[in-house]
Amino acid sequence: MSENIAAMEAEFNRRIAAGETIEPNDWMPEKYRSQLKRLISQHAHSEIIGMLPEGNWITRAPSLRRKLALLAKVQDEAGHGHYLYSSAETLGISREEMFDQLHSGKAKYSSIFNYPTLSWADMGMIGWLVDGAAIINQTTMAKCSYGPYSRALLRICKEENFHKKQGMEIIATLIASGDTGKAMVQESFTRFWWPTLMMFGPHDTNSPNSPDMMKWKIKLKGNDELRQRFIDMTVEQAQKWGLSIPDQQLAFNEATRSWEIGEIDWNEFTAVINGNGPCNQERMETRRSAHDNGKWVRDAAHAYEEKHRSKITTAA
Amino acid sequence: MEKIKTPALSEYLIRLADDRLILGHRLSEWCGHAPILEEDIALTNIALDCIGQANFLYSTAAESEGNNRTADEIVYFREALEYRNLLLVEQPNIDFASTIVRQLLYDTYGILLYEQLQQSTFKPLAGIAQKAVKELRYHFRHSSQWLLRLGDGTVESHLRTQNAVDKLWKYTDEMFISDAVEVELAAKGIAVKSEALKERWFTIMRDLISSATLTVPVQGSFIRKGGREGKHSEHLGHLLSEMQIVARSYPDIVW
Repeated sequence: MSENIAAMEAEFNRRIAAGETIEPNDWMPEKYRSQLKRLISQHAHSEIIGMLPEGNWITRAPSLRRKLALLAKVQDEAGHGHYLYSSAETLGISREEMFDQLHSGKAKYSSIFNYPTLSWADMGMIGWLVDGAAIINQTTMAKCSYGPYSRALLRICKEENFHKKQGMEIIATLIASGDTGKAMVQESFTRFWWPTLMMFGPHDTNSPNSPDMMKWKIKLKGNDELRQRFIDMTVEQAQKWGLSIPDQQLAFNEATRSWEIGEIDWNEFTAVINGNGPCNQERMETRRSAHDNGKWVRDAAHAYEEKHRSKITTAA
Repeated sequence: MEKIKTPALSEYLIRLADDRLILGHRLSEWCGHAPILEEDIALTNIALDCIGQANFLYSTAAESEGNNRTADEIVYFREALEYRNLLLVEQPNIDFASTIVRQLLYDTYGILLYEQLQQSTFKPLAGIAQKAVKELRYHFRHSSQWLLRLGDGTVESHLRTQNAVDKLWKYTDEMFISDAVEVELAAKGIAVKSEALKERWFTIMRDLISSATLTVPVQGSFIRKGGREGKHSEHLGHLLSEMQIVARSYPDIVW
């Protein structure tokens, strides 16, 4: 039996190395399965929790056009959550189980959504910075070895690119409208800069899940490399807009042709990851209460289905 | 801002638009808080349709006024007393049942209204109606399917839904009042006399409510009305103060 597993694992590794994708019915090592469950459900939760900071501004959006665009964007996020949960379900975990893990605090989601949205400029900043960072992570991940996740990411990235453009357009419009708009953007940028850099996770040397995930092509690039790509892109754009970057140590390295930043406040990162960010508690309470308040609705739908099952079967 | 006396056409378009905007706003409040993920998607989608229709209607109203007032000015710089929506659509989301019942009462009316507006002699309105009818039929499918599930689901869902029907029913007669503006425009083939829609609306609602094992309330003799003249419930002021806060705080910013 163990020889058998060893042979299957060897074949699995061969396929990964050959760049084949793994599909739900294929054999896979238990650890590969569990890492993917963790990763995909975490991504799904991030989409769902990520609806809240932006949803916070739908009712206050300052023009009809912005209101419609923001509604559509948050709806996209719900849609992403929806097919990511479906994608995770192919690994043998139910949406209910994943919700339980989220609501009990066992499952994580992206730390950035534990920061509050305090001005309209934040709607631009989330698109430009947060979605921008997510795109860098996810376009890399779209080449990962698990078929359902890879395909979901391809679709998500297309929409995220649109969200990023939308965010940049909000910012450009605010800046063009004069000093008040520009000050609103600068204040928001200063708040979001460091938390966005933290989205890429700890330094590779401190990233406990990375080596296995690299080997199995669940992860294809290190945190630091992706973070650097983001920094180089974003500093350039911030300069074009005349925004000042809240980092005294920021300097261009002529040799590497890239921007070097000061040290990230890892204490803050750890605090937020461990539930002590500015909005962790609020986000979880909102999710739990939506779920709990919705129980009678889900129960009603099930009860109706039960009652009418015989009728439906007969009609069919 | 200077008060503008709106002619009948603009007044009528703004009424239709206000109904869609305020209802859409209420739906959008659910975003991220719905009972299941599919409903986060569905309610947001319906909110988008409602506010999208409102956007077309406001723009058409603004154009018909010909005095450079924009759709956004109509939305963000009017007081509650100047809003012309039905009282029904501004009623708050007490629970999912109240949202579904409010939606169904309006969707049924909306389909009947916009089906006829497709033949409006005012072409821009006929065009908007053609698109709106398709969307409203989908909204109706959503709200009526939920009514059946909630009415004929559990004891709790039945009670909550009956409660919502009882509470909101008193706002429905207002939908069928034909006042001077409507009569004037209906004579030109522009508007629809809404009093003529009541019988069909009632038949559809009665059948649906009964199918959902719920009871049709008896309408009292006192009709709750006033939305078309700007006499709203207290809820609208709060809704608008939230909707308008950013636009009014920074009147010089271009968004």
